[in-house]
Amino acid sequence: MKKFLLIGLLTCLLAGLSTGLALAQDPQPGLPSDDQVNAIAKQLYCPVCENIPLDVCGTQACAQWRELIREKLSQGWSEAQIKQYFVDQYGDRVLATPPARGLNWLVYVVPPLAILLGAFMLYRAFRAWKQPALPLAESNSSLQSPADEYVRRLEEELRNR
Amino acid sequence: MLVWLGVLALLALLALGVRRAQQGPVQEGDRVPNFTLTTFEGETVNLTDLQGKVVVLNFWASWCTPCEQEAADLEAAWREYQPGGEVVFLGVDYVDTEPEAMAYLKKFDITYPNGPDLGTRISQAFRIRGVPETYIIDRENVLRYTKIGPFDSKAEIIAIIEPLLNE
Repeated sequence: MKKFLLIGLLTCLLAGLSTGLALAQDPQPGLPSDDQVNAIAKQLYCPVCENIPLDVCGTQACAQWRELIREKLSQGWSEAQIKQYFVDQYGDRVLATPPARGLNWLVYVVPPLAILLGAFMLYRAFRAWKQPALPLAESNSSLQSPADEYVRRLEEELRNR
Repeated sequence: MLVWLGVLALLALLALGVRRAQQGPVQEGDRVPNFTLTTFEGETVNLTDLQGKVVVLNFWASWCTPCEQEAADLEAAWREYQPGGEVVFLGVDYVDTEPEAMAYLKKFDITYPNGPDLGTRISQAFRIRGVPETYIIDRENVLRYTKIGPFDSKAEIIAIIEPLLNE
Protein backbone atom coordinates (compact mmCIF):
# COMPACT_ATOMS: atom_id res chain seq x y z
CA MET A 1 0.00 0.00 0.00
CA LYS A 2 2.80 2.33 1.03
CA LYS A 3 4.61 1.45 -2.17
CA PHE A 4 1.56 2.45 -4.26
CA LEU A 5 1.23 5.66 -2.29
CA LEU A 6 4.90 6.48 -2.89
CA ILE A 7 4.57 5.75 -6.61
CA GLY A 8 1.44 7.91 -6.75
CA LEU A 9 3.18 10.78 -4.99
CA LEU A 10 6.20 10.53 -7.27
CA THR A 11 3.93 10.51 -10.35
CA CYS A 12 2.13 13.65 -9.11
CA LEU A 13 5.44 15.34 -8.38
CA LEU A 14 6.83 14.53 -11.81
CA ALA A 15 3.60 15.63 -13.48
CA GLY A 16 3.75 18.90 -11.53
CA LEU A 17 7.37 19.43 -12.51
CA SER A 18 6.71 18.74 -16.16
CA THR A 19 3.77 21.21 -16.12
CA GLY A 20 6.02 23.77 -14.45
CA LEU A 21 8.61 23.29 -17.15
CA ALA A 22 5.98 23.65 -19.86
CA LEU A 23 4.73 26.91 -18.30
CA ALA A 24 8.23 28.30 -18.18
CA GLN A 25 8.53 27.93 -21.93
CA ASP A 26 6.93 30.25 -24.46
CA PRO A 27 3.24 29.22 -24.37
CA GLN A 28 2.83 29.85 -28.10
CA PRO A 29 6.08 29.18 -29.90
CA GLY A 30 6.48 31.18 -33.08
CA LEU A 31 4.67 34.23 -31.73
CA PRO A 32 6.74 37.40 -31.22
CA SER A 33 7.97 37.87 -27.65
CA ASP A 34 6.87 40.64 -25.30
CA ASP A 35 10.27 42.31 -25.80
CA GLN A 36 9.73 42.44 -29.56
CA VAL A 37 6.24 43.85 -29.07
CA ASN A 38 7.37 46.39 -26.47
CA ALA A 39 10.24 47.59 -28.67
CA ILE A 40 7.54 49.00 -30.98
CA ALA A 41 4.97 49.73 -28.28
CA LYS A 42 7.30 52.12 -26.43
CA GLN A 43 7.31 54.34 -29.52
CA LEU A 44 3.54 54.66 -29.45
CA TYR A 45 1.03 56.41 -27.23
CA CYS A 46 -2.64 55.48 -27.00
CA PRO A 47 -4.87 58.62 -27.16
CA VAL A 48 -7.00 57.28 -24.31
CA CYS A 49 -4.09 57.19 -21.84
CA GLU A 50 -2.22 60.39 -22.66
CA ASN A 51 1.44 60.60 -21.65
CA ILE A 52 1.76 56.87 -20.91
CA PRO A 53 3.81 54.91 -23.46
CA LEU A 54 1.99 51.90 -24.84
CA ASP A 55 4.53 49.40 -23.47
CA VAL A 56 3.74 50.31 -19.84
CA CYS A 57 0.09 51.31 -20.15
CA GLY A 58 -2.22 49.01 -18.20
CA THR A 59 -5.63 49.69 -19.75
CA GLN A 60 -7.57 47.20 -21.84
CA ALA A 61 -7.34 49.49 -24.88
CA CYS A 62 -3.53 49.44 -24.65
CA ALA A 63 -3.46 45.67 -24.11
CA GLN A 64 -5.51 45.30 -27.33
CA TRP A 65 -3.04 47.52 -29.18
CA ARG A 66 -0.08 45.45 -27.97
CA GLU A 67 -1.84 42.27 -29.13
CA LEU A 68 -2.39 43.94 -32.49
CA ILE A 69 1.35 44.67 -32.72
CA ARG A 70 2.08 41.03 -31.90
CA GLU A 71 -0.36 39.90 -34.58
CA LYS A 72 1.17 42.20 -37.20
CA LEU A 73 4.70 41.07 -36.27
CA SER A 74 3.68 37.44 -36.60
CA GLN A 75 2.33 38.26 -40.07
CA GLY A 76 5.80 39.51 -41.00
CA TRP A 77 5.14 43.25 -40.88
CA SER A 78 8.15 45.51 -40.29
CA GLU A 79 8.38 48.08 -37.51
CA ALA A 80 7.87 50.93 -39.98
CA GLN A 81 4.79 49.24 -41.49
CA ILE A 82 3.24 48.70 -38.07
CA LYS A 83 3.85 52.31 -37.01
CA GLN A 84 2.36 53.53 -40.29
CA TYR A 85 -0.70 51.32 -39.72
CA PHE A 86 -1.25 52.92 -36.30
CA VAL A 87 -0.82 56.41 -37.78
CA ASP A 88 -3.37 55.60 -40.52
CA GLN A 89 -5.83 54.22 -37.99
CA TYR A 90 -5.42 56.66 -35.11
CA GLY A 91 -3.52 59.68 -36.43
CA ASP A 92 -0.05 61.20 -35.97
CA ARG A 93 -0.60 61.79 -32.29
CA VAL A 94 0.02 58.13 -31.46
CA LEU A 95 3.70 58.55 -32.32
CA ALA A 96 6.18 59.37 -29.54
CA THR A 97 8.23 61.29 -32.12
CA PRO A 98 5.88 63.29 -34.34
CA PRO A 99 6.81 63.41 -38.03
CA ALA A 100 8.25 66.76 -39.18
CA ARG A 101 5.32 67.85 -41.36
CA GLY A 102 2.55 70.43 -41.07
CA LEU A 103 2.60 72.30 -37.76
CA ASN A 104 4.72 69.50 -36.26
CA TRP A 105 7.89 70.99 -37.73
CA LEU A 106 7.60 73.76 -35.13
CA VAL A 107 8.48 71.17 -32.48
CA TYR A 108 11.84 70.71 -34.14
CA VAL A 109 12.51 74.32 -35.13
CA VAL A 110 11.25 76.44 -32.22
CA PRO A 111 13.40 75.05 -29.36
CA PRO A 112 16.77 75.43 -31.18
CA LEU A 113 15.67 78.88 -32.39
CA ALA A 114 14.75 79.90 -28.84
CA ILE A 115 18.16 78.69 -27.59
CA LEU A 116 19.97 80.61 -30.36
CA LEU A 117 17.92 83.71 -29.58
CA GLY A 118 18.73 83.44 -25.88
CA ALA A 119 22.43 82.98 -26.62
CA PHE A 120 22.41 86.05 -28.88
CA MET A 121 20.70 88.16 -26.21
CA LEU A 122 23.24 87.02 -23.59
CA TYR A 123 26.09 87.86 -25.96
CA ARG A 124 24.73 91.38 -26.43
CA ALA A 125 24.26 91.85 -22.70
CA PHE A 126 27.83 90.72 -21.95
CA ARG A 127 29.22 93.07 -24.60
CA ALA A 128 27.30 95.99 -23.09
CA TRP A 129 28.71 95.20 -19.63
CA LYS A 130 32.27 95.08 -20.98
CA GLN A 131 32.19 98.66 -22.35
CA PRO A 132 34.57 100.97 -20.34
CA ALA A 133 32.91 102.95 -17.55
CA LEU A 134 33.08 106.77 -17.54
CA PRO A 135 35.80 108.38 -15.33
CA LEU A 136 34.54 108.86 -11.77
CA ALA A 137 35.01 112.63 -11.66
CA GLU A 138 33.30 113.09 -14.99
CA SER A 139 30.51 110.84 -13.94
CA ASN A 140 30.16 112.71 -10.63
CA SER A 141 29.95 116.07 -12.37
CA SER A 142 27.50 114.80 -14.88
CA LEU A 143 25.38 113.35 -12.13
CA GLN A 144 25.47 116.50 -9.96
CA SER A 145 22.01 117.48 -8.89
CA PRO A 146 20.75 120.78 -7.31
CA ALA A 147 20.78 119.04 -3.92
CA ASP A 148 24.51 118.23 -4.34
CA GLU A 149 25.20 121.84 -5.26
CA TYR A 150 23.38 123.01 -2.13
CA VAL A 151 25.45 120.70 0.09
CA ARG A 152 28.68 121.90 -1.55
CA ARG A 153 27.82 125.53 -0.94
CA LEU A 154 26.78 124.81 2.65
CA GLU A 155 30.09 123.07 3.37
CA GLU A 156 32.04 125.92 1.76
CA GLU A 157 30.28 128.53 3.90
CA LEU A 158 30.88 126.52 7.05
CA ARG A 159 34.59 126.33 6.22
CA ASN A 160 34.75 130.10 5.70
CA ARG A 161 33.39 130.86 9.20
CA MET B 1 14.96 94.85 -33.76
CA LEU B 2 15.30 91.46 -35.39
CA VAL B 3 15.50 89.84 -31.97
CA TRP B 4 12.25 91.43 -30.84
CA LEU B 5 10.54 90.35 -34.05
CA GLY B 6 11.65 86.79 -33.33
CA VAL B 7 10.33 86.99 -29.76
CA LEU B 8 7.01 88.35 -31.03
CA ALA B 9 6.75 85.57 -33.60
CA LEU B 10 7.36 82.96 -30.91
CA LEU B 11 4.75 84.53 -28.64
CA ALA B 12 2.26 84.61 -31.53
CA LEU B 13 2.84 80.89 -32.16
CA LEU B 14 2.40 80.15 -28.48
CA ALA B 15 -0.86 82.13 -28.39
CA LEU B 16 -2.10 80.25 -31.46
CA GLY B 17 -1.33 76.92 -29.82
CA VAL B 18 -3.06 77.90 -26.55
CA ARG B 19 -6.12 79.14 -28.45
CA ARG B 20 -6.32 75.88 -30.38
CA ALA B 21 -5.96 73.84 -27.21
CA GLN B 22 -8.71 75.77 -25.47
CA GLN B 23 -11.24 75.41 -28.29
CA GLY B 24 -14.21 73.58 -26.82
CA PRO B 25 -16.36 70.85 -28.30
CA VAL B 26 -19.11 71.45 -30.86
CA GLN B 27 -21.80 73.31 -28.93
CA GLU B 28 -25.51 72.59 -29.03
CA GLY B 29 -27.01 74.96 -31.59
CA ASP B 30 -23.83 74.90 -33.73
CA ARG B 31 -23.82 73.52 -37.23
CA VAL B 32 -21.90 70.26 -37.15
CA PRO B 33 -18.83 70.21 -39.42
CA ASN B 34 -19.06 67.61 -42.16
CA PHE B 35 -17.35 64.28 -41.57
CA THR B 36 -16.97 61.05 -43.44
CA LEU B 37 -17.38 57.67 -41.78
CA THR B 38 -16.19 54.57 -43.58
CA THR B 39 -18.08 51.65 -42.13
CA PHE B 40 -16.60 48.23 -41.32
CA GLU B 41 -18.42 47.01 -44.45
CA GLY B 42 -16.60 49.62 -46.56
CA GLU B 43 -19.52 51.98 -47.18
CA THR B 44 -18.89 55.72 -46.96
CA VAL B 45 -21.30 57.96 -45.07
CA ASN B 46 -21.12 61.77 -45.28
CA LEU B 47 -23.01 63.89 -42.78
CA THR B 48 -24.05 66.40 -45.44
CA ASP B 49 -25.73 63.59 -47.40
CA LEU B 50 -27.94 62.98 -44.37
CA GLN B 51 -29.47 66.44 -44.39
CA GLY B 52 -33.24 66.12 -43.88
CA LYS B 53 -32.78 63.25 -41.42
CA VAL B 54 -32.15 63.17 -37.70
CA VAL B 55 -28.72 61.68 -36.99
CA VAL B 56 -27.80 59.84 -33.79
CA LEU B 57 -24.00 59.78 -33.67
CA ASN B 58 -22.67 57.45 -30.98
CA PHE B 59 -18.99 57.17 -30.00
CA TRP B 60 -18.09 53.82 -28.44
CA ALA B 61 -15.28 51.30 -28.04
CA SER B 62 -15.10 47.58 -27.35
CA TRP B 63 -12.93 48.19 -24.26
CA CYS B 64 -15.50 50.60 -22.82
CA THR B 65 -17.66 48.94 -20.17
CA PRO B 66 -20.23 51.78 -19.86
CA CYS B 67 -20.79 51.51 -23.64
CA GLU B 68 -22.17 48.03 -23.06
CA GLN B 69 -24.89 49.45 -20.81
CA GLU B 70 -26.49 51.38 -23.66
CA ALA B 71 -25.68 49.13 -26.63
CA ALA B 72 -28.95 47.18 -26.50
CA ASP B 73 -31.05 50.36 -26.00
CA LEU B 74 -29.44 52.08 -28.98
CA GLU B 75 -30.05 49.05 -31.18
CA ALA B 76 -33.68 48.79 -29.99
CA ALA B 77 -34.27 52.49 -30.75
CA TRP B 78 -32.67 52.08 -34.19
CA ARG B 79 -34.95 49.13 -35.00
CA GLU B 80 -37.93 51.26 -34.08
CA TYR B 81 -36.95 54.10 -36.42
CA GLN B 82 -35.34 52.13 -39.24
CA PRO B 83 -38.58 51.43 -41.22
CA GLY B 84 -39.50 55.15 -41.27
CA GLY B 85 -36.12 56.16 -42.75
CA GLU B 86 -36.19 59.54 -41.04
CA VAL B 87 -33.60 58.75 -38.38
CA VAL B 88 -30.07 57.48 -39.00
CA PHE B 89 -27.95 55.89 -36.31
CA LEU B 90 -24.16 55.96 -36.79
CA GLY B 91 -21.64 54.27 -34.53
CA VAL B 92 -18.11 55.64 -34.40
CA ASP B 93 -15.62 53.17 -32.96
CA TYR B 94 -13.04 55.18 -31.02
CA VAL B 95 -9.39 54.05 -30.62
CA ASP B 96 -10.23 50.40 -31.01
CA THR B 97 -8.97 47.28 -32.71
CA GLU B 98 -11.09 45.75 -35.44
CA PRO B 99 -11.42 42.13 -34.22
CA GLU B 100 -12.59 43.26 -30.78
CA ALA B 101 -14.90 45.86 -32.32
CA MET B 102 -16.50 43.27 -34.60
CA ALA B 103 -16.95 40.91 -31.65
CA TYR B 104 -18.67 43.72 -29.72
CA LEU B 105 -21.06 44.44 -32.61
CA LYS B 106 -21.87 40.75 -32.88
CA LYS B 107 -22.35 40.36 -29.13
CA PHE B 108 -24.97 43.14 -29.01
CA ASP B 109 -26.40 42.31 -32.46
CA ILE B 110 -25.88 45.89 -33.63
CA THR B 111 -27.18 46.41 -37.16
CA TYR B 112 -26.91 50.17 -37.73
CA PRO B 113 -23.82 51.44 -39.63
CA ASN B 114 -20.63 51.42 -37.60
CA GLY B 115 -17.07 52.26 -38.54
CA PRO B 116 -13.67 53.09 -37.09
CA ASP B 117 -12.75 56.67 -36.34
CA LEU B 118 -9.87 56.68 -38.82
CA GLY B 119 -7.10 59.01 -37.69
CA THR B 120 -9.41 59.96 -34.75
CA ARG B 121 -10.65 62.75 -37.05
CA ILE B 122 -14.33 62.62 -36.09
CA SER B 123 -13.68 62.45 -32.34
CA GLN B 124 -11.23 65.35 -32.64
CA ALA B 125 -13.79 67.41 -34.58
CA PHE B 126 -16.28 66.85 -31.75
CA ARG B 127 -13.52 67.05 -29.11
CA ILE B 128 -15.03 64.15 -27.23
CA ARG B 129 -13.94 63.67 -23.62
CA GLY B 130 -14.40 59.91 -23.56
CA VAL B 131 -16.76 57.12 -24.52
CA PRO B 132 -19.65 56.66 -24.66
CA GLU B 133 -20.78 60.02 -25.97
CA THR B 134 -23.77 60.59 -28.24
CA TYR B 135 -24.57 63.59 -30.39
CA ILE B 136 -28.04 64.06 -31.82
CA ILE B 137 -28.13 66.20 -34.93
CA ASP B 138 -31.30 67.65 -36.44
CA ARG B 139 -32.46 67.69 -40.08
CA GLU B 140 -30.42 70.84 -40.76
CA ASN B 141 -27.17 69.28 -39.46
CA VAL B 142 -27.36 71.37 -36.30
CA LEU B 143 -26.29 69.75 -33.04
CA ARG B 144 -29.30 69.63 -30.73
CA TYR B 145 -28.38 67.28 -27.93
CA THR B 146 -25.21 65.92 -26.34
CA LYS B 147 -25.19 62.91 -24.05
CA ILE B 148 -22.03 62.29 -22.03
CA GLY B 149 -22.08 58.75 -20.69
CA PRO B 150 -24.50 55.95 -21.44
CA PHE B 151 -28.25 56.27 -22.03
CA ASP B 152 -30.33 54.70 -19.27
CA SER B 153 -33.09 53.36 -21.51
CA LYS B 154 -34.56 53.21 -25.00
CA ALA B 155 -37.28 55.59 -23.79
CA GLU B 156 -34.65 58.23 -23.01
CA ILE B 157 -33.31 58.05 -26.58
CA ILE B 158 -36.78 58.22 -28.10
CA ALA B 159 -37.76 61.17 -25.91
CA ILE B 160 -34.90 63.17 -27.46
CA ILE B 161 -35.53 62.13 -31.05
CA GLU B 162 -39.31 62.61 -31.18
CA PRO B 163 -39.39 66.43 -30.82
CA LEU B 164 -36.78 66.75 -33.56
CA LEU B 165 -38.87 64.61 -35.91
CA ASN B 166 -41.91 66.78 -35.26
CA GLU B 167 -40.14 70.05 -36.15
